Amino acid sequence: MEKIYSRPKALQNRATGYCPGCLHGTTVKIIAELIDEFGIQDSTVAVLPIGCSALDCWSFETDMIISLHGRAPATATGIKRNAPEKTVIVIQGDGDLASIGLAEIMHAANRGENLTVIFMNNGIFGMTGGQMAPTTLIGQKATTAQGGRTEAHGYPMHMCEILNELKAPYYIQRCAMDSPAHVREAKKAIRKGLENQMNGKGFSFIELMSNCPTNWSMSAEKSIEYMREYTLKEFQIGVYRDGGEK
Amino acid sequence: MSKLFIKGNEAIAEAAVRGGCRFFAGYPITPQNEIPEYMSRRLPEVGGVFVQGESELASINMIYGAAYAGVSSLTSSSGPGLSLMAEGISSLAASGFPAVLVNMMRGGPGTGAIQGAQMDYMQATRGGGHGGYRMPVLAPGSVQEAVDLVYEAFDIAWKYMTPVLVVADGYIGSVMEAVELPPMKESKRKEFPLYTTVHLNPENPHRRSSCTMITNEVDHEEWNKVQAAKYEKMAEELVRCEEFMMEDAEYVMVAYGTSARVARNAVISLREQGIKAGLIRPILIWPYPYEALRKLDPAKVKNIFCLELSIPAQMVEDVRFGVYDRIPVTTYGRSAGLTFSEEDVEELVKKTIEGGEK
Repeated sequence: MEKIYSRPKALQNRATGYCPGCLHGTTVKIIAELIDEFGIQDSTVAVLPIGCSALDCWSFETDMIISLHGRAPATATGIKRNAPEKTVIVIQGDGDLASIGLAEIMHAANRGENLTVIFMNNGIFGMTGGQMAPTTLIGQKATTAQGGRTEAHGYPMHMCEILNELKAPYYIQRCAMDSPAHVREAKKAIRKGLENQMNGKGFSFIELMSNCPTNWSMSAEKSIEYMREYTLKEFQIGVYRDGGEK
Repeated sequence: MSKLFIKGNEAIAEAAVRGGCRFFAGYPITPQNEIPEYMSRRLPEVGGVFVQGESELASINMIYGAAYAGVSSLTSSSGPGLSLMAEGISSLAASGFPAVLVNMMRGGPGTGAIQGAQMDYMQATRGGGHGGYRMPVLAPGSVQEAVDLVYEAFDIAWKYMTPVLVVADGYIGSVMEAVELPPMKESKRKEFPLYTTVHLNPENPHRRSSCTMITNEVDHEEWNKVQAAKYEKMAEELVRCEEFMMEDAEYVMVAYGTSARVARNAVISLREQGIKAGLIRPILIWPYPYEALRKLDPAKVKNIFCLELSIPAQMVEDVRFGVYDRIPVTTYGRSAGLTFSEEDVEELVKKTIEGGEK
């Protein structure tokens, strides 16, 4: 029988560290597929954050470094500036990128660092147990906002829109991981992000709207429904900036 | 070799470039600003990279990335900046990454003062960051020695695979002196093997996987043991101090950096007045030259003076650890950007002699 699909070479042969129903596993898979497609396994460095995305260290069969909380864009800057032949993929969650790491992402973007940043946004601190993130929706429950986030905690921060205020970024897109069609779109966006880096175009930012069945206290199916009903209404998917289209 | 009349901070920057530094990331803070300023124009000339970080947090993490990439890198700051970098320094140490850090010390604690001081002794020698790591701490006493030690710091960093801290009081950064610069070293990127690859991707040890959180407890402890053995080796091999007029000394000063320059002049002056003074000057403050103190004979040495540009005294803890209550120890210092003179030191010694002979 003809084998038409197998595990990407850029994916380690073991289970991911993700909870059942979490869409991060799919994300890891499409990134690994792209690394294979481009044939860049030996020259890729995955810069991982602190948070659930750090679990990617059990997934990628590439060079990698787990940076400090929020500082992945700075660590990646240090790597890419000194090893420009590497393809540096930065993966960060919303607690990491939009809270403690806000300065690092803003300035890496503002310098137009030649990086591909994948921003996993599930609206919550996953690894530490469901605390409120800067991306948590108003009314959404978290262990540090047990009655639901109120305005006193601020409003959901929209990173694509915020970064789109800067001059330097080359490519900014928000995708969602909730359906096969959206996943294909996400893969296309990440492909563009990687191509941009390999062509020396500069900073690419791909936000992937995701879920957290565990900390949203929902079944996987319910979490997808919640995403469609609430999250994706607050966070509009689409291309915010495409330097190649000008 | 010809001599160059140059300001301390610029001399440090040039010495780093000659020692192989090809990446600098840093954030402005007084009194070290000439270092990044110099690096911003100098590094591109030698194919290096300068990035002005958006903060000390970003800067130390850029260094973290540069070290991972295998480049000799430098950051510089002053006390408050080093405090912000603490997590990153701890992680450099935890990862076994080579890098050189300069703390051009100013008054503290808190925002403190922008003038030179020696207020970060504890921070420098006791880790500064979390987790109980050790790193060599070089404490130059002149611009020439700052040049020599910064140059050597890169060799130490690569030899032991560790961050190396150079602490100088702000005066050393700000004075101009004639120095001889060492020759330019060749500098190549070197992708060194990583311990944590064994843990993260054991089946593919050629992948460079780096992480300071090792989730397997046994692996983690094994790495801690490897690191502890390294700290012991450094403690054995890197001790360095200068002993000045110590053969027959009865009144022994212990001081480093600019304090030691003042103390040295006081020793000379006291000797001229018939008082047998001497000086022990640690050149590294970690590892500390305890032996120089342990070997002091209580029958001969009447008093030890621990001199620092710091109130409260900090180095005295190491001095007492070496002396172990066998000889009286007097602490003296100024702080907040104020200094003491050789006359102040002479007066201190003479008062002690008078008091002791009553």
